[in-house]
Amino acid sequence: MTSSLFFNLTTGAYFVAMVVFILYIAAKSDQVGFAATVIGWLGFAANTVAIGLRWREAYAMGFQQAPLSNLYESVVFFAWSILLVYLLFDLKYKQRAVGAFVMPFAFAGMIWAQWGLDDTIAPLVPALQSNWLTYHVITCFIGYAAFAVACGVSIMYLIKVGKEEAAGNNPIGGVLGMFPSTKILDDINYKAIMVGFPMLTLGIITGAAWANYAWGTYWSWDPKETWSLIVWFIYAAFLHARFTRGWVGRRAAWLSIFGFAATIFCYLGVNLVLSGLHSYGGG
Amino acid sequence: MSQPQTFSDRVWDFFCSLKLAIVTLIILALTSIIGTVIEQNKPPQHYLQNYGMSESTYQLLDTLQFFDMYRSWWFLGLMGLFAVNLICCSIKRFPGIWKIVSQPRLVADDGLFRTFSNRDELLIAGSVESVRDKLTGLLGARFAAPTVTEQDGKIHLFAQKGKYARLGVYVTHASILIIFIGAMIGNVFGYKAYVNIVEGSSIDKVWPRAGQEPIDIGFEVRCDNFEVEFYEGGRPKLFSSDLVVLEGGQEVLKKTIIVNDPLTYKGLTFYQSSYGPAGDPTFRFRVTARDSGETVEVNARQGQRVALPGGGSFVVNRFAQNYDNFGPAVQMQTTGADGRQGNPFIVLQNFADFDVRRGGAYSFSLLESDQRYYTGLQVAKDPGVWVVWLGCFLMVFGSLTAFFWSHRRLWAVIEPLDKGVGVKIGGSAHRNQPAFTLFFDELKKDVHETLKS
Ligand code: HEM
Repeated sequence: MTSSLFFNLTTGAYFVAMVVFILYIAAKSDQVGFAATVIGWLGFAANTVAIGLRWREAYAMGFQQAPLSNLYESVVFFAWSILLVYLLFDLKYKQRAVGAFVMPFAFAGMIWAQWGLDDTIAPLVPALQSNWLTYHVITCFIGYAAFAVACGVSIMYLIKVGKEEAAGNNPIGGVLGMFPSTKILDDINYKAIMVGFPMLTLGIITGAAWANYAWGTYWSWDPKETWSLIVWFIYAAFLHARFTRGWVGRRAAWLSIFGFAATIFCYLGVNLVLSGLHSYGGG
Repeated sequence: MSQPQTFSDRVWDFFCSLKLAIVTLIILALTSIIGTVIEQNKPPQHYLQNYGMSESTYQLLDTLQFFDMYRSWWFLGLMGLFAVNLICCSIKRFPGIWKIVSQPRLVADDGLFRTFSNRDELLIAGSVESVRDKLTGLLGARFAAPTVTEQDGKIHLFAQKGKYARLGVYVTHASILIIFIGAMIGNVFGYKAYVNIVEGSSIDKVWPRAGQEPIDIGFEVRCDNFEVEFYEGGRPKLFSSDLVVLEGGQEVLKKTIIVNDPLTYKGLTFYQSSYGPAGDPTFRFRVTARDSGETVEVNARQGQRVALPGGGSFVVNRFAQNYDNFGPAVQMQTTGADGRQGNPFIVLQNFADFDVRRGGAYSFSLLESDQRYYTGLQVAKDPGVWVVWLGCFLMVFGSLTAFFWSHRRLWAVIEPLDKGVGVKIGGSAHRNQPAFTLFFDELKKDVHETLKS
């Protein structure tokens, strides 16, 4: 039983769950929605086991390190985090259709990791040998995952709201009838950012603490740090705009999508496009 | 009603406004991008060559301080504006919030009741006192012990939970200012420096990153040993330096530092950051002459010619700490008594008798090799760092409080009516209303049961 077997199962499950969620919206059958959720849970379990096995494999090779050490491992952990946040929101809100808009992120991550990234287990260079690395990566990625969920429901919001306005007071049927109401979508958007924002804050702080341990400067305006701050500014603007300027609904949805785009740039773009100290660049 | 605004009112309102906060946040986000696209603090040639920039573009961007933007007047000015905005906004809003926390409104009039989306009215048979006692008991058990006020022949109950949740936002906002203060303390009273210490030697000065003059640190730091380890395959595994702190020649502190585990003494922290060879490596060889069988032990230094008995000589050209995973090795060359130079060959320290097989006039065993290293240390003095950590803690604590904790309040009025006792109950939460509504609906049922029994 190797981790790569379970990573394959994970990718497969996320793909099937994604398709079944779409079927659910088309077929409007609660059983189908339930099946999609169960497949999502199974994929999440496989993802968990895979990460655990990979951890053990690294130890067996003599490397005392958590499986969060390179781009491949971070992407599969990102997929795991997305599922974690999504499934918790599903338990609370029970809005099955949301799965169709969140699973694609997790599936895209897994398929990219498996087809495009180097999965060799390499030991950590001294600068990365720190428990702070683990805390830093976990908090950042749970934050990113919450933003992914927020982005998914924002896309649903924008698809639905136009139709809803056109339909006036008549309930809208068809495929969009399976979407949660725009009010709920807007609420989930806000709640997800409410989870993501403190997590990102913790991620930035643990990163700063780590830099301070390793180099004696908690902040050096390295591109990665700066981008995480940019993302943080955007979501802080989101929270404040919502509070007083009444930026709810459409504008909040756009801001959330925009924030997630900046998040992805912070995570991948900075390393692939800009240069920096962080290790996830280049694979 | 509204008075015409004076100029100073308008300035004040501008600095208090949330619109300003949002605009500043967005401008900060957008301008921060510049420094991630243009590398910071490089020499002018770097920009002219690598960015295909003309001289005049360079001049312009330099004037705008784009090459050191995070310390530029305009970026720091934006941060300052942001801080002023935050302070003004808090000064304006805090007294109102503090009043809610410290002097709760104990009596709800009809006007307040009308604002509640969660409310209920019922008519009970019995006495005002018994209703009061039952309701007080119920609220105490299910929510929080109420304060009872009698006024105008009516009894008012007020109960609340989580009143300090109101302060979460202010803690978060204050934390930002605390972090700014910590950063300023570090900038004014601290410095970043570096120092290289050759193994076996000590230093009492460090070189600041900004400025030329070394800083006297008031004690000595000695490096007894530097160690580097590699993984198979050559990736570095560990850098470590054995450091000793000396005061007036006395050892006061010893620590082996590695990356991610620095040494701190008297407010100065020493971080493992780089290393390099210090001077040429030295060796000790045992040399056997093939013809005479004579054996001598000699010391050598890389690049220095060493004479051998019988008129020959040798020189070590290069040294490797780990040659092809066979351990330490030298590449060397001999010169015969006749002056003819031989071909370079390799001697491995871990294989003492190996060189005999080469069949040269002399065979060499490498007994000892010693490459001295210097360890490169970052040195930081930052008395503000604890203030920054305090700010960070408060930020997380404050924002979690602001998001996930709510101030919930319940009011009740009990009054004698013609047909019995009238009870009105209502309440609100300052956030997460859906959860409060669920709670309130449950409570309503309990109130009915308790009071009707
Ligand atoms: C990046 C810096 C900032 C952070 C991290 C921050 C954080 C927060 C948080 C977490 C909340 C609660 C939001 C919610 O309940 O949804 C909040 C509310 C608020 N913030 Fe900020 N804030 C920042 C800057 C500012 C600034 C500069 C102002 C100045 C005007 C400001 C004014 C407010 C106001 C008026 C509220 C609503 C307060 C209330 O609930 O009574 N914030 N802020």
